[in-house]
Amino acid sequence: MTISKLVLIELWKRKSQLITGLLAITLGIAVIVAIQSVAIVSEQNVARNLDNLGANILVLPQAASIDDYYTCDIDAPTLPMDYVERILNSTIAGVDNMSPKLTRRVEVDNQSVVLTGILPKSEIASKPLWQSSGLLGAQLTTACTPGKSAIKSHGLEDEKLKRKAIDTLYIDDCLAGSQVAKKLKLSASGRIKIMGKEFKVVKILPETGTVDDDRIFANLKDVQALLKLENQVSAIEIMGCCNAISEGLLGQLRNILPDTRITTIGQIVSTQIETNQLMKKISLVMLIIIFFVGGISIGNYIWANVNERKREIGVLRMMGAGRSTIYKMFLLKALILGIAGGILGFLIGTLAGVVLGPYLAGIIVKPVYLYLLWSVLFSVAISLTGSLIPASLAANFDPYSNLQED
Amino acid sequence: MILKGENIIKQYHHDGGLISALDHVSFTVGKGDFVTVTGPSGSGKSTLLLSLFGLIRLTSGTVIFDGKRIDDISDRHLADIRKNSVGYILQSFALIPYLTTIQNVMIPLALRKIPAKEQSKRASEILDYVGLTDRMHHLPRELSAGQQQRVAIARSIVHRPQIIMADEPTGNLDPTLSLEILDFLQKINRENKITIMMVTHSPVAAEYGTMKLHLKEGKIIKT
Ligand SMILES: Nc1ncnc2c1ncn2[C@@H]1O[C@H](COP(=O)(O)OP(=O)(O)OP(=O)(O)O)[C@@H](O)[C@H]1O
Ligand SMILES: [Mg+2]
Repeated sequence: MTISKLVLIELWKRKSQLITGLLAITLGIAVIVAIQSVAIVSEQNVARNLDNLGANILVLPQAASIDDYYTCDIDAPTLPMDYVERILNSTIAGVDNMSPKLTRRVEVDNQSVVLTGILPKSEIASKPLWQSSGLLGAQLTTACTPGKSAIKSHGLEDEKLKRKAIDTLYIDDCLAGSQVAKKLKLSASGRIKIMGKEFKVVKILPETGTVDDDRIFANLKDVQALLKLENQVSAIEIMGCCNAISEGLLGQLRNILPDTRITTIGQIVSTQIETNQLMKKISLVMLIIIFFVGGISIGNYIWANVNERKREIGVLRMMGAGRSTIYKMFLLKALILGIAGGILGFLIGTLAGVVLGPYLAGIIVKPVYLYLLWSVLFSVAISLTGSLIPASLAANFDPYSNLQED
Repeated sequence: MILKGENIIKQYHHDGGLISALDHVSFTVGKGDFVTVTGPSGSGKSTLLLSLFGLIRLTSGTVIFDGKRIDDISDRHLADIRKNSVGYILQSFALIPYLTTIQNVMIPLALRKIPAKEQSKRASEILDYVGLTDRMHHLPRELSAGQQQRVAIARSIVHRPQIIMADEPTGNLDPTLSLEILDFLQKINRENKITIMMVTHSPVAAEYGTMKLHLKEGKIIKT
């Protein structure tokens, strides 16, 4: 027998009471864990999609899904480069900028990297046809790019978008993402052999925390030649004006490009960012509420328990237990409750996230095991804080007066 | 001499006035004595019994236990003395309701951080001694009143105290059971040389005393 064992036995014998004690804290943590589990996946999606933020419309081959576009598999479908001209030759208004891209996963030094062919701005600008459509010097973001402020607040502005603003990228030159550079030990003005062709690394791009870091950018023509996909691209990113989009730009594009999939990424991303930020705010508010409600509820539960056990406390003191023993007894109980609340909250929250995530947010949610640690720490902190006062009151009971009661 | 009280005064504040529960009480208990404390209701018997080792703080007076003054030491030290040298038996048994017989008996050993093995060995021995071997894993509510009091007695002696303080240990028991318990206390007193101080209402119980204190209105009127 030890005092800790006594605490455990008491807890176990009165386990039905636990439910009331734990309810607030468990549910609170469950809600936060659920929100956060959904938010983290959604955030990852945003990070992926931010890759495309230069454009808000994505033209993909009919057979491709957005996921194909990101995975860049070797057999991912392509569409003809001529579509760029087709759009330019049309009378469609509201297309501010276009960026055809060809992306493939390739092996370099036995490492898998993603090679993306892009057309630099200078090259776009040099095309007289494009000039005539008012593309010269076009800003890379339209005045109405959705989610612009949201992107800024994510700290992901500038550098990330700069790659859209690559002015020159000559034949035989390439740019390396920071991760790729690390993996392949590349340095600026070094050289790299991709599929037998030698490229000059003109710049190592700063870390963005997105898929870009794993990419090597080269001139589209080079990449097309290397992959033997002359005149083919994986996607055309289009910067369209919001007003134009709402006035039916997508439909018009679909009319002239019937065998393609056309999506608006900007909208997806911006709603996701907004949702995530809302979720974050809700989580924070919840956190504060739970701290008080959970703390008070556990404290209240411990206080009820203390009162119920007044006589027992008196008997223990009579037998020579010190104040500190009584104090520790109740704090230990609070600690166990805290751990239980944290674990339970995590389990319920994760389950809710995994089950409801696909319905509510349309995403696959996986358990985030790190949240278990946070849930338990937070729950223990609340539980101990809430129990300090009742435990200390219990420790300072007058043993005599509590012996008399029957 | 194991326990000595000198000029013990305990006053309670009540409704603005003072109640003198103990009024200049002095006595000396020898080692191995069986002391009975008698007196009318409200005469201060419980107050005396519980104040000697600090469960109630005295207003003034001196208490000497085992050659040392203990009335002026800290709560912590008093708790240590109770833990190591004193066993209590109360009228209401005061068992912990959710612990089994043997677990209840092990509590004083747990408080002294005695290893688990020795705890169960000692507790089983004592339960054998009080004849409850077949009730070791029962909860208090599954025991009769007499059995509960025997558990309480086992608990009060399991840590081999020097003195047992009993406040009306037979107060809740019928006459036959009372005699059984009293005989038992006498046996403990004689066989183990454990000093006993027992508060009682019953004249029969008082006869067990080798030393008798009689209280009236907080004063000792006969020893
Ligand atoms: N907490 C208290 N506050 C005020 N007065 C008290 C308190 N406890 C006891 N008293 C008073 O002190 C006196 C002695 O009480 P005590 O309980 O010692 O009597 P007792 O001899 O044990 O009586 P009984 O035989 O009924 O148990 C009584 O007058 C009682 O009213
Ligand atoms: Mg009394």
